[in-house]
Amino acid sequence: MNSVVAGITYRAVLGRRRVLLLILLPLLLIGLAVLLRAIGSTDENATIKLMQIYAIGMMLPLLGLIAGTGTIAPEIDDGTIIHLLSKPISRPSIAVTKFAVAASLLVLFAAVPTYIAAYIVLGNEAGIATGFGLGALVGGIAYAGVFLFLGVVTRHAVTVGIIYAVVWEGLVGQYVPGAGNLSIQQWAQTFAAQFVTSNFFKSSVGMGFAVPAVLIVTIGSVVWAGQRLRSISLTGEE
Amino acid sequence: MNIELAQVSRWYGNVVAVNDVTMTVGPGVTGLLGPNGAGKSTLLHMMAGFLAPSTGTATLDGRQIWRNHQIYRSIGLVPEREAVYGFLTGWQFVLSSARLHRLSSPEDAASKALALVDMEGAKDRRVETYSKGMRQRVKVAAALVHDPQVLLLDEPFNGMDPRQRLHLMDLVRELGAAGRTILFSSHILEEVERVAQQIEVLVAGRHAASGDFREIRRRMTDRPHLFRVRSSDDRRLASALIADASSGAVSLGEAGLEVQAVDFRRFTWLLPRLARDAGVSVWQVSPADEDLESVFSYLISGSSR
Repeated sequence: MNSVVAGITYRAVLGRRRVLLLILLPLLLIGLAVLLRAIGSTDENATIKLMQIYAIGMMLPLLGLIAGTGTIAPEIDDGTIIHLLSKPISRPSIAVTKFAVAASLLVLFAAVPTYIAAYIVLGNEAGIATGFGLGALVGGIAYAGVFLFLGVVTRHAVTVGIIYAVVWEGLVGQYVPGAGNLSIQQWAQTFAAQFVTSNFFKSSVGMGFAVPAVLIVTIGSVVWAGQRLRSISLTGEE
Repeated sequence: MNIELAQVSRWYGNVVAVNDVTMTVGPGVTGLLGPNGAGKSTLLHMMAGFLAPSTGTATLDGRQIWRNHQIYRSIGLVPEREAVYGFLTGWQFVLSSARLHRLSSPEDAASKALALVDMEGAKDRRVETYSKGMRQRVKVAAALVHDPQVLLLDEPFNGMDPRQRLHLMDLVRELGAAGRTILFSSHILEEVERVAQQIEVLVAGRHAASGDFREIRRRMTDRPHLFRVRSSDDRRLASALIADASSGAVSLGEAGLEVQAVDFRRFTWLLPRLARDAGVSVWQVSPADEDLESVFSYLISGSSR
């Protein structure tokens, strides 16, 4: 961890126009929650659908993409990363710092709003707010690692990330039973299920798989990103 | 400190950018001269640890440069790309550099570095409001903040106005005179000649020439020169010129004479005298091949002989 790297990264991410998405998506979630409450649709089923489809199914991967790739990919693209890399700081520690920044942004913009939204509709009935808050927290951290890694290894990180989130997790993961095992969204729901007691909600992946999967994928992504940063090539404009 | 390249090559797919270069860059100012696309940036990136040689080794005082972040304690790098965070002020940018180096008093180091490049006045403005020359100077300040023994600059004078250019040239000369190892790339001979004691010439990825600038200058001068001459009587002047050994070939055309001078000094000394003796008025003498490309291509053909 390096506080100078973290400071510059926060300013870089929050200073870009993409920060608007970082704010708008959770605002929309809270808006929907307020709406559900206003029209009196405050049952467990509706709340769980809001959490599953919007909070975990849409907002979390999109925010993960914005925060995860946003902490490093634009700097590699425009060459500003050279300012950090041409210093006697180990490259893995730069990767860890960038990951921590992305993860903290996801806690703030995804996990906390998820908890708040569920709480607005139902209080903490059936553990829905706590469960999905935790799910978004764990899922957000995993997304931060994976998308940071994508940002280091490919110039098309956003495209690859969208394909993973929409096609794999959204389509394949929903309808092909085995594919759900390799889906961060599904792991997030597994964590949520630890607290959610409602009969309307069941997770398809067990904790025995989800816990090691989250740990391996997150740590593996960050370590690998650090190694890739060690041998990053920046070519001139000849 | 010495940067050593030993039989370094670098290729991208089938394209060879740098071809079997061996050179040592020692204390003082070295200019890396070559036309655009010669592989200067590729070479400099390998010296700076931002590109792995495909074959060969790049070392700093015997230590491997590639994948070794410790070398940045000794190296300051000024990249050609505008690698500056526009949202930071000049002061914040240089201070962040000092902090990343974990200097004991980063504020003092940053002030000193900004003073060195004469940027104290604008230090509280955001970098995105700077002119290209100012960005260049703030990059130099950030690279110098830890007082490195080695400074690598990629086309540092590009985009600077003449006054800023002179200022930076003076600074580079002073740093070199103080015993630091400085290498900068340029495609402009005059820039290199004004600042560097040692010149390394790179053409089409190959190390075409190496030496002190007088030596390179001599080699660039002692080559067959092609001149266009217009006069009141071209035919008469032609016969007088070809009678002397300083001219290798003379051709007579619509646009005047084309003279291949094999002995540059004698030819330039002789031409006005011959013309006077023959009663011919010379109207125009112009070099036909003085552009850098032809000088470089001559150097290559010279070095491969």
